[in-house]
Amino acid sequence: MSGVPASEDATPTAAAHPVLELRGITVRHGNVPALNRVSAALPGGRITCVLGENGSGKSTLVSVLSGLQRYDEGELRVDGVPVRFRSARQARDLGIATVWQDLAVAPLLSVWRNFFLGVEPTRGVWPLRRLDIAGARQTTVRALARVGISGLDPDQPASSLQAGERQSLAVARALHFGARALVIDEPVTPMTVARQTLFGQAVLAARAQGLAVVVVTNNPRYAHLIGDRFLLLAHGQVAGSLTRDDVDADDLTALMAGGEQLTTLTDALTELHPELGDR
Amino acid sequence: MSDRLPAFGTVRAAGSSDRRFLTRALARPSLPAAVGLVVVVAFFSLQAPALRTVGGLATVLDVAASLGIGAVAVALLLIAGQFDLSVGVMALASSLLSALLIGPGGWPVWPALTASLLAALLVGVVNGVLVVNTGLPSFLVTVATFLVLQGTALAGFEAFAGSTQVRGLDSAQGWSSAAAVFGSFAEIGAGRFHVALLWWLGATALATWALWRTRFGNAVFAAGGARQAARELGVPVRRTTVALFCLTATAGWLIGTLGLFRLESVQLSNAGLGTGLDFVIVAVIGGCLLTGGYGSAVGAAVGALLYAVARQGITLAGWDPRWFQVFLGAVLLVALLTNGVVRRRLKARPRS
Repeated sequence: MSGVPASEDATPTAAAHPVLELRGITVRHGNVPALNRVSAALPGGRITCVLGENGSGKSTLVSVLSGLQRYDEGELRVDGVPVRFRSARQARDLGIATVWQDLAVAPLLSVWRNFFLGVEPTRGVWPLRRLDIAGARQTTVRALARVGISGLDPDQPASSLQAGERQSLAVARALHFGARALVIDEPVTPMTVARQTLFGQAVLAARAQGLAVVVVTNNPRYAHLIGDRFLLLAHGQVAGSLTRDDVDADDLTALMAGGEQLTTLTDALTELHPELGDR
Repeated sequence: MSDRLPAFGTVRAAGSSDRRFLTRALARPSLPAAVGLVVVVAFFSLQAPALRTVGGLATVLDVAASLGIGAVAVALLLIAGQFDLSVGVMALASSLLSALLIGPGGWPVWPALTASLLAALLVGVVNGVLVVNTGLPSFLVTVATFLVLQGTALAGFEAFAGSTQVRGLDSAQGWSSAAAVFGSFAEIGAGRFHVALLWWLGATALATWALWRTRFGNAVFAAGGARQAARELGVPVRRTTVALFCLTATAGWLIGTLGLFRLESVQLSNAGLGTGLDFVIVAVIGGCLLTGGYGSAVGAAVGALLYAVARQGITLAGWDPRWFQVFLGAVLLVALLTNGVVRRRLKARPRS
């Protein structure tokens, strides 16, 4: 992968068709719309941060993009082609990987089974088709090493992992299977700076590979640090769609009080990705 | 740019291999049942010496086999977080239907068996689709199925057959070939070992392989242990659940068919909710968590063996057979408590 973080002149096809595009998506829970005619383009090689209060439809948006939630109206396009996902499986097949808010880790399953859950590698032909366990273990160990987790037994149950390790598992899985888009719904509970840095790292790595990256976060300052574009949601509607040029750091930062954690986070990320300092 | 991120995550040394071996042995769902089995065998071989003969072994395995076939299927369903109380009545109803088609209906044996299997699968699909689509507790859905099925089977049988039993099935076309598959036995000494034993072992082996070595097994574990996560990752939870209800229905059909060829006749009798509950009890004794996500087919087989040893042991020891219920209740309670400990140990983790 020789790609540097994409600049404005992305590849022509990507420019013609954003990797993901929402056109007038409406999701109703009963009479109440969780999303109301939401339109947004999520191009490859860009980080789009979705911001909004609780209940503004952020998580519903993630569910729609990941194929878990069906929508009542509108159109979802992947690389310009309209799709209608009937399950999360179909979204994964198209290379849309999600880090779910609850991490989607089954506590009683081993680490490698969690890593491949839903897309298990198999060998052999049908009645004898079986899991490729050795291959799955190896891939899991390698993918976990990529996010800085080593020395983990892939056979241990996920319940024995520490909270941070479980987050890493979810991130490593999304990075491994995300070929087109990476959708991150950040845990609501506060994360340590090290964990937030891990999520930031994952996001930047995915952008460098030209993926469309969607980050749902409650932290506007963090969003401004990593984001290229900002989608503001309120009451299920798009309240604002901004690019980096539209807002300066303070506009988003002013929304949030307390800066110590962010300072540490900024330092950690700038050290690893010097190009961030230029912003 | 390299696609490798710098390492800054928690690095943990792998635990020593001794400790891991111990943890893994303790993590086996079938371990408590195996310990219980050893205790029960030791106890009853002293109390009832007849249990130690070949004949005693044969009767124990006979009880265990038909119970085990159902328990293995129910164990898979429990792992996926669902209940099925209709297995017992499924056995009764499919043997009644087969007998009705073969005897008064005059069908050849194999088509009759196929028809009753299809009927069982239909009930399984209905169970599964109802549970999946309504979100009702499967416990209640299958109790409803149990009632409907039992009433239909008993009343329908008597109406069509005109009596409460059908005899002389063995003159039907294809009986001998079907009897070789479902009704043959081997005499070893004083014991008669039925072919049901092979079906039981086969079902246990197949279920174990499917659980640990196939995508289906992964889906079963995930559907019970973390349904939301499974949905988020695109695991076909609904399809897996319906398939498992078909599996328990098939197990019921197999038990009924084995019984049919054993007796070569059918007699109307109430299946009772207890027969359906026995399979669940045995699966729980075998280490399945009622909350799903944990358990094993081997555990269910061991549980069936424990059940059979205790029941035959109490009979052979000359005690009042009603003591068996007391025993079963006590064992179930111990199993539930043990499983509770296991569950807490597995789930004890910081939430994030």
